[in-house]
Amino acid sequence: MSLSAQDIERIAHLARIRVTPDEVGQVQAKLEGIFKLIDDMQSVNTKGVEPMSHGLDMVLRLRDDVVTESNQREKFQSNAPEAAEGYFLVPKVIE
Amino acid sequence: MSWNTFTTVAETKKALDSKQVSAVELAQHYLSRALSLNKSLNAFITIDSERTISEAQAQDNRRSKGDVAPLLGVPIAHKDIYLIDGWRTTCGSKMLENFIAPYTSTVVQNMANAGMVTLGKLNMDEFAMGSSNETSYFGPVKNPWDLSRVPGGSSGGSAASVAAGLTPASTGTDTGGSIRQPAMFCNLTGLKPTYGICSRYGIIAFASSLDQAGPFAQTAEDCALLLNAMAGFDPHDATSLDRPKEDYTRDLAKPLKGLRIGLPKEFFGEGVASGIAKAVEDALDVYRKLGATTVEVSLPNVKYSVPAYYVVAPAEASSNLSRFDGARFGHRAKEYDDIIDMYKRSRAEGFGAEVKRRILIGTYVLSHGYYDAYYLQAGKLRRLIAEDFKKAYEVCDVVMGPTAPEGAFQFGAKSDDPVKMYLNDIFTICANLTGQPAMSHPCGVDKDTGQFVGMHIIGNYLDEARMLNAAHQYQLATEWHKAHPAL
Amino acid sequence: MSQWEIVIGLETHVQLTTASKIFSGSSTAFGAAPNTQASVVDLAMPGALPVMNKGAAERAVKFGLAIGAKINQRSIFARKNYFYPDLPKGYQISQYETPIVEGGGLTITLDDGTTKFIELTRAHLEEDAGKSVHDQFDNASGVDLNRAGTPLLEIVTEPVMRSGKEAIAYAKALHGLVRYLDICDGNMQEGSFRCDVNVSVRPMGQKEFGTRREIKNLNSFKFMQQAIDYEVRWQIEQIEDGKKIVQATVLFNPDTGETRAMRTKEDAMDYRYFPDPDLPPLVVTDAMLAKIKNEMPELPEAKCARYTSEFKLSEYDARLLSQDRATSEYFEAAVAAKADPKLVANWMLGELSAALNREEKSIEESPVSAHQLAGVIARIGDATISNKIAKTVFEALWSGEAKSADEVIEAKGLKQISDVGAIEKIVDEVLAKSAAQIADYKSGKEKALMSIVGMVMKASAGKANPAQVNEIIKKKLS
Repeated sequence: MSLSAQDIERIAHLARIRVTPDEVGQVQAKLEGIFKLIDDMQSVNTKGVEPMSHGLDMVLRLRDDVVTESNQREKFQSNAPEAAEGYFLVPKVIE
Repeated sequence: MSWNTFTTVAETKKALDSKQVSAVELAQHYLSRALSLNKSLNAFITIDSERTISEAQAQDNRRSKGDVAPLLGVPIAHKDIYLIDGWRTTCGSKMLENFIAPYTSTVVQNMANAGMVTLGKLNMDEFAMGSSNETSYFGPVKNPWDLSRVPGGSSGGSAASVAAGLTPASTGTDTGGSIRQPAMFCNLTGLKPTYGICSRYGIIAFASSLDQAGPFAQTAEDCALLLNAMAGFDPHDATSLDRPKEDYTRDLAKPLKGLRIGLPKEFFGEGVASGIAKAVEDALDVYRKLGATTVEVSLPNVKYSVPAYYVVAPAEASSNLSRFDGARFGHRAKEYDDIIDMYKRSRAEGFGAEVKRRILIGTYVLSHGYYDAYYLQAGKLRRLIAEDFKKAYEVCDVVMGPTAPEGAFQFGAKSDDPVKMYLNDIFTICANLTGQPAMSHPCGVDKDTGQFVGMHIIGNYLDEARMLNAAHQYQLATEWHKAHPAL
Repeated sequence: MSQWEIVIGLETHVQLTTASKIFSGSSTAFGAAPNTQASVVDLAMPGALPVMNKGAAERAVKFGLAIGAKINQRSIFARKNYFYPDLPKGYQISQYETPIVEGGGLTITLDDGTTKFIELTRAHLEEDAGKSVHDQFDNASGVDLNRAGTPLLEIVTEPVMRSGKEAIAYAKALHGLVRYLDICDGNMQEGSFRCDVNVSVRPMGQKEFGTRREIKNLNSFKFMQQAIDYEVRWQIEQIEDGKKIVQATVLFNPDTGETRAMRTKEDAMDYRYFPDPDLPPLVVTDAMLAKIKNEMPELPEAKCARYTSEFKLSEYDARLLSQDRATSEYFEAAVAAKADPKLVANWMLGELSAALNREEKSIEESPVSAHQLAGVIARIGDATISNKIAKTVFEALWSGEAKSADEVIEAKGLKQISDVGAIEKIVDEVLAKSAAQIADYKSGKEKALMSIVGMVMKASAGKANPAQVNEIIKKKLS
């Protein structure tokens, strides 16, 4: 497969990573090499194979519906770039 | 106090239990060695002597009150991917340069409960993405055996610190070989347990279905003792295995007679440095002398491990790393136009090149129209690889081969070519894709390069005790693991 | 209008009544100070992991059983990836390919008494997002993650509704059902029950659907009606003007009564769904299924059937009284207090319903309790008061003048006069002043009798027994 510059711009936007126009070419070249490696697996016939994500067959454990957490806002907001009146502040969002 | 800095965990425990040494004395010894050698090795990102000494004091107090926790007072250093309440936790990234963890990971808590004292936070590849520790924002870790070479990665600081005697043991994490490959490069024993044995709660996620915590130490016996402390069911992790506690030291002394070692022909083909192949062959002779038998097996799909891994790991990472958006913690760009620009600049500035690369790969393979061809196909390959192993275990108990196709390399040798770097994990990745336990132990030197060779043992699910038994018996019969660098 | 067919489908986000969040042990209580109910999991702190709440799974199963749906005993949580300040992980945990509930449906009743079965596509579990405030800070939005992680059941219909009225009836029926099941508190002001309405129009007879626009986050039935009406008119006008409808998400502005397309997100459609590797499959065991089946309350359908057979109510009345839990509980409480079921039904659907509507009150807020209403009805039954006086008594109870019907009757002296002598006395007095009406009556004008009866009733302050009055007058004039 080959990745276009537009592909790079599209996925960089989706991933919210700024890629400047002069970086696009380099990123594109590196990713192409990696996809060459990845595309090795495309030839394998996997028809009817059940995909696997965890080795041992796991089932979701269900937690009892009990409140176990208490307010730790001050501690949790100590890492915040910007917070006020209990809110995390971010650049204004316009809907 | 004179203390042999290369004392094993098992011996350290004895010295503490017999009160030949205190936790505070040990902490002081390792802190002073770490502080003096870290300038050249760069193994630690954070050392906080005051905190460590007070922890050590607390463990000594436990002992004086009659507490007999199994590793009371034994020092440990943690990869900087583990959150510890109040400690800076960077994950090797500018993104988290100033992040103070607000809670403690289960594994670290388990080890503290067992009596262990935290010496500090260890350097690593950024977000555990790398095989040489060159992607760390805090600079590369040096291999204590040869400062011009890499220690391996991503748990490079974990390996270098133990090899250099800055700590008796350390924790790492292994997503594609990040414990086993650095263990080989630094001549250590390292274990990645079965997926779900160690809780992932409080470990910064790279690829959730592959990540697993594990120990680094000089010996298999030490790894067993450490795993006893680390492992255990955790209700905070939905993928944690809910099963009774195990004693991983229980089988150490068993003779190896009857052990069937499977040798996949795929692990001994071209691409493996001849010096490494030779060292592994010699080690297998030792195993045979100890009573084990070897049998050739085949894992035909294992060759797709690397491509499958480079779909699954980046895909999961791209999603896991979305939370680093500059909104609630972590790096936020100084200037931006609006919220989207804030995200984009903060992430572009906060992440290094390799991390960004993997996020982009992951975003691409999950994007509309590509899911089936990539993520789904990779998931199916995981199944096929697991089935290959299942078949192999019909005729063998463990699988062995070299940990990596080549030994510790020079800085910069692969850093410009990600594909070359990725291929260094060709033998280790399959165990992450299947969730099986795997470990590496020292087994000699590549005569051509002078670099250490690791024996890679892959076991069936939950078969850690048997693997540790094999490695321990090998270590009783050999001296490789007793070599230490002169620093 | 008539050449256009309206097509509507609903997606309803129902907040489940669990004490803790779907993937963390934080409280879900409404109205706490910002970020005081947000744990490391809800804040997406590094290393935090989700752990599934059993209560949320049980409520979803309960809903599925209630609507006759298929319960997927193995369902999968997936990640829906997008960046937004109120979405701390950068993905929402939801169910995508395999939801916990598939199919099923519920019957709605329209104002004209006709019923319609609304088929559901699916219902899946997911987590709610946080909230942003945009007007509290200069040049910044404030993010509050208290709501982040509140369990939601997203209930999706097939596009089977053909009018705004049907959509409202469905929404009300669903609202009633989730409260019946006690899986949602139904508080629409607090956002516990939020509807997204997909609207499209097509020429009558056309098979293909028109392009739809989705009206987001409607949190009152009134707004829903207004928004649909506006949107339908707008779409028809667009098409009639030769313009194309562009698929969009729109917001309803209650102040203007208009809908407006949101700023389009060019990448909105690429959510990069994949199974969440932190959460193994959700398995509903046979034992869990059996337990929930056992604990199911009597559902509206069954109640409706019982009301028609046991209490001989009309199908229409029975459906209205059984549709929501509070109404049915009120009805059953009044009946349990020995009131005649048919009279209770008449009063609830007449006087009580009108009074509640007038003051925009829910039945739980009714100033007249079921027990009080039963008291009023009992006094009609034993002829203590007339139907008309009963309305006065009801009004007095509504305004809180007294605690019981008997108290009102006593205090106001409303007891019906059934004593023949007393009534005859009033009749005589009235007749003495009504020569003209008597003449009319005798010349065959039946109406004149009614007029005389009216005067007698007035003279008795409405307390005379009307039947007796009638009889006595007739006797005296014969």
